Amino acid sequence: MIPERHLNIAVLMLFFAVPAWALIMDEPFTITLATRAAILALAATGLNIALGLGGLVSLGHAIFFGIGGYAMGVLAFHAQTYTPMQLGGFEIAGTKSMPVIWLVALVASGIAAVLVGLLSLRTSGVYFIMITLAFGQMFYYFAISWRAYGGEDGLSIYVRNDFPGLNTLDPIQFFGLCATLLCLALLVFWRLARSPFGLALGAARQVPQRVETVGLDPVRLKLVAFVLSGMMTGLAGALFADLNRFVSPTMFSWQFSGELIVLVILGGVGRLMGPLIGAGLFVTLEHVLGDITDFWHVILGAILLVIVLFARGGVVGLFCGKARPDA
Amino acid sequence: MSTILVIEQVINGLQFGVMLFLMAAGLTLIFGVMGLINLAHGSLYMIGAFAAAWVAGLTGSFLLALVAAMAAAALAGALVEMVVIRRLYAADHLDQVLATFALILIFSEGTRWVFGSFPLYLDIPEALSGTVTLPGGIAYPLYRLVLIGIGLTVGLALWALIERTRIGMQIRAGRDDREMIAALGVDISRLYTGIFALGALLAGLAGALVGAIQSVQVGMGEPVLILAFVVIVIGGIGSIKGAFIGALLVGLTDTLGGIFLPEIFKLFTDASTATQAGSALASMAIYILMSLVLIWRPTGLFGRAA
Repeated sequence: MIPERHLNIAVLMLFFAVPAWALIMDEPFTITLATRAAILALAATGLNIALGLGGLVSLGHAIFFGIGGYAMGVLAFHAQTYTPMQLGGFEIAGTKSMPVIWLVALVASGIAAVLVGLLSLRTSGVYFIMITLAFGQMFYYFAISWRAYGGEDGLSIYVRNDFPGLNTLDPIQFFGLCATLLCLALLVFWRLARSPFGLALGAARQVPQRVETVGLDPVRLKLVAFVLSGMMTGLAGALFADLNRFVSPTMFSWQFSGELIVLVILGGVGRLMGPLIGAGLFVTLEHVLGDITDFWHVILGAILLVIVLFARGGVVGLFCGKARPDA
Repeated sequence: MSTILVIEQVINGLQFGVMLFLMAAGLTLIFGVMGLINLAHGSLYMIGAFAAAWVAGLTGSFLLALVAAMAAAALAGALVEMVVIRRLYAADHLDQVLATFALILIFSEGTRWVFGSFPLYLDIPEALSGTVTLPGGIAYPLYRLVLIGIGLTVGLALWALIERTRIGMQIRAGRDDREMIAALGVDISRLYTGIFALGALLAGLAGALVGAIQSVQVGMGEPVLILAFVVIVIGGIGSIKGAFIGALLVGLTDTLGGIFLPEIFKLFTDASTATQAGSALASMAIYILMSLVLIWRPTGLFGRAA
């Protein structure tokens, strides 16, 4: 067993070393893979707030990922076609500016998380899982039937959006941007887990009755966690859309919600670096096994089964043992 | 809009609902008795459909295809229960979700491996392929009526099995107090394998029956699975009666919503906007129904208080 902090530092160093090495060796594709891992890790860190800290098994986080993606897609689509949006009599111009897109993605996914959370949190346990899954499907079918923005085919955005002072089309600069946001998100997660709110949330996960006894409302705590979680995943969606310069209803698919949970579990639920480790492993497996066989999901499924049945703490649990409250 | 169209759509909705019931009944039984959320139920549906298409291709017999579908799904269900699911009864829901998600990956990609990515086709048998004229002069496909008949029969048989037989008594007892019935000498693990195989058999039957009107392809199970979840949330987890009523509600809402919502919107706006907005809203109708039920009764129409 090694202290979790040492593992965390090692993981972060590896995370930055791989693209640095790729830059020196002139392997832009590896940088793109690292960017993909960073964005997935950001989405999974969002889920880790709901799942790890709040104990909410959400099988609908693709909702927020998709909303973030469509926030980028819609705004950039109007900017690239020079057509303003019609919104209840107002005309709003599209934009190619990343900070504005991120803000819209955060607000839109936050509103969606409030609505989905309010309804889903009326229940708990297995109902909660089924309901989040069902709402995910609702957004998926809505995106398919929304023909103004590509319907089933999705939207292509021809040029990556701008960030002041950076050339976002340069892989390493875009990686830097995503990595910075990921580090900020990890900082938020780390602070949140130790804040009075995080402690109350942890208590609400374990014994909601006691939390109620001391005058806190467990449902409200969980709702706040769910909204924060959704917003972070929404931001990741906007970045993911920018990485691919493409959005489609598949961003809303239930498979993606499942994969996000898988990322968190692979790394370690509720652990700070769990999502990043999970995302790194996932992207590596996808790339390495995907080269060997088209059917790499069979192998992923088998690995997942082994982890669930025999190694329940994920990678962090394997190296560091159970989480300690002061770790 | 003509009455004939409305009646036709109502029957379509019933047919869809009855097939959803076959899926939802197994899921709700498995959850009610074993406390397990099974995402891989859609894979069993897919296995049924593929087995049917394969056997129908070999023998040309639809009846044999149905038997094969039920046998393959029940066998796969029993196998999966004994190898994986059995270890999950005591685990929390997160582990169950993950393990059954892993099973979906394995089953889906495994099926793609064996059968390829192209959809298979299962033909409606000759004897059932025509239309019948209903009272009022509506020509309706015979096969879809047969589906309704099969679904209702299965529902009745399931009710009789659970309420009127010794095995049903054990199932109900297992739902209420598993330690007690183990103490009374019932082999719990065999009972559980049996229930799981029964749920799988129903899913496989549904897959084969629906496979004949749609194409048989990898990933066909999960959309149906999620609809079955909506059914269970509306009906109340663990309740077969709830699953039946929930399934009919969802089937009718989905089918009628697609027809009526665009028409209703046409009263307010121009035709093309109405068609777009109406079909977008129709795709969300069943989830809105689910939300309303949740606001009214969080444990579903026939669920027990949590």
